[in-house]
Amino acid sequence: MEVVLALGIGVLAGSGVWLILRPRTFQVIIGLSLISYAINLFIIAMGRIRTDALPILTTKAAGDPAQFADPLPQALVLTAIVISFATTALFLVVLLAARGLTGTDHIDGKEPEA
Amino acid sequence: MSHFEDHLMVAPIVLPLLAGAAMLVLGGERRRNTNAALSVVTTLALIAISIALVRIADASPTGVTSVYRLGDWPTPFAIVLVVDRLAALMVLLTSLIATAAVVFSLARWHRVGVLFHPLFQFLLMGINGAFLTGDLFNLFVFFEVLLAASYGLAMHGSGSARVMAGMHYIVINLAASLLFLIGVSLIYGVSGTLNMADLAARIPVIRAEDRAYLEAGAGILGIAFLVKAGMWPLCFWLPGAYAAAPAPVASMFAILTKVGAYIVLRLSLLLFGPEAGASAQFGSEWLLLGGMATIAFGTIGSLASQDTARLAAFSVLVSSGTILAAVGMGQPAITGAALFYLISSTLGLSAFFLLIELVERGREPGADMIAVTREVYGEETEVEDSAEVGIAIPATLGVLGLAFIGCALMISGLPPLSGFIAKFALLRAALDSGSDGVSPSAWIFIAVLILSGLAALLAMTRAGIQAFWASPERAVPRVRLVEMAPVIALLILCAMQTVQAGPIMRYMSATAQSLHAPHDYIRGVLRPATARMHQPEGGA
Repeated sequence: MEVVLALGIGVLAGSGVWLILRPRTFQVIIGLSLISYAINLFIIAMGRIRTDALPILTTKAAGDPAQFADPLPQALVLTAIVISFATTALFLVVLLAARGLTGTDHIDGKEPEA
Repeated sequence: MSHFEDHLMVAPIVLPLLAGAAMLVLGGERRRNTNAALSVVTTLALIAISIALVRIADASPTGVTSVYRLGDWPTPFAIVLVVDRLAALMVLLTSLIATAAVVFSLARWHRVGVLFHPLFQFLLMGINGAFLTGDLFNLFVFFEVLLAASYGLAMHGSGSARVMAGMHYIVINLAASLLFLIGVSLIYGVSGTLNMADLAARIPVIRAEDRAYLEAGAGILGIAFLVKAGMWPLCFWLPGAYAAAPAPVASMFAILTKVGAYIVLRLSLLLFGPEAGASAQFGSEWLLLGGMATIAFGTIGSLASQDTARLAAFSVLVSSGTILAAVGMGQPAITGAALFYLISSTLGLSAFFLLIELVERGREPGADMIAVTREVYGEETEVEDSAEVGIAIPATLGVLGLAFIGCALMISGLPPLSGFIAKFALLRAALDSGSDGVSPSAWIFIAVLILSGLAALLAMTRAGIQAFWASPERAVPRVRLVEMAPVIALLILCAMQTVQAGPIMRYMSATAQSLHAPHDYIRGVLRPATARMHQPEGGA
């Protein structure tokens, strides 16, 4: 499980970094999205990976806190997902505006000299 | 403390949020005059509130006045807002500059694009929240609020130059925010807490094998803040974005770099002070080196820039580099002087950003930002020009020239304005720094500081000659009273800082003392929970 998660984070982050270094705005936005997925997984991993742990809410008696999955990283990931979704949408609008104003999807607003 | 004062400290966040939301509900752009009035009233109210906060903070012996528990959970478990001297001071500075920028925008800038006032209020909410929060993840949320608003404001008025600069600004800040998240989650994974005071209490007892993760997390977090503070080599995005932003927004952006510098100052002294055990002084030599490199880069950039707006953007870098280097020196006296410098340089730069637009207005239209807008909006701007409200000021060029001299004195640090006192205090503190003579790094710091002042004077003089003397056939710009008044008011504030230098410097020294001895802060925040044991929960 750890290996799968670590590989997943690594591949997502690596692809994302490669993409944000590309010259096209669409590649950059996909790159940023991939990195944010990698980071969401990373936050979950930082709360310790547990299988079969109870969620924090239970109708039974409270019991031992060590039995529960850590709820805080889940809350953090939820917030991070919402924020990155919003900023991606915002960036998409800017991307389209830049495409309309400059007539190219190059990140500098003009094609490099051939 | 009365019930009302208890809730006063959340007002700098809630008030702009409510004002911005009310503007949207009341009809957004269709009621621009209502929005403008609401905006001015809100920023004035923020000044009053933050003056009250500063007074309350200054009256308390420990400096930590009050902890506001959002949701009323016990302290380490929920998000808290903390007011101490530093936070109150920064909120006051923000509201002063915000008022100047809003008043300035009334003449013309709030009409060149949509939703200026609501975005401006949300920006204020984010900035104030970042200053007041005592929780790392909450800091991330407020950072995102202020960044999201700043994206919209940076592109206010549109035009391809501004949109391209804004896009670069967005990409850099999104990438930095992702680094922020990595740092926060690493720190959480090691320490099990996100509350800054709780974290500071736990760092000395972190197990040795976990310390590398903690320092890696802190380092990544630091990079995220240094991108925003504009430390070399992470500052390449800043001159373009700041030079392209509309004048009132650029003037507000002068404080955005200070948000990054503020967080670096707060966290490095709180988390890695002398009590942090093996991690004490973590990163301070990097701050010193990076800060001095930033001053050098900003100085060279300001000498090289042909455009006055870029000159101002590079001056922002010099100012932020000075503060970072001073924090890296790690001495209470220098930190106190750096705080004085922070206030005076931010006020001076804000005034300068506003002034540039007025001065450049009379020059050839191709270089003018208004021209970019006119290109996009067609004849619309021309029509609105004639519909401008307010009275034009007499002796325009004379007033502009005097204000320009004021800004030049502020930025280069010459008497009689407060820039001189700030630089003098920094130099004095650096000379007194070592018990056995001045250390080599302090000598380099002194040299860099003096040289940057000289270069700033040269660059500002050249810009002034070009703007006022070199083109006799230029048209005299039409400047409204509401545009000139904020610039003059900011410069008068700088003059008042000179006159009241004694009390202000005493406040700064007290702030620096409490920053360098964070146990009062930690105890103040964790007070309701002092009986609880702090066990690091790594390795579960």
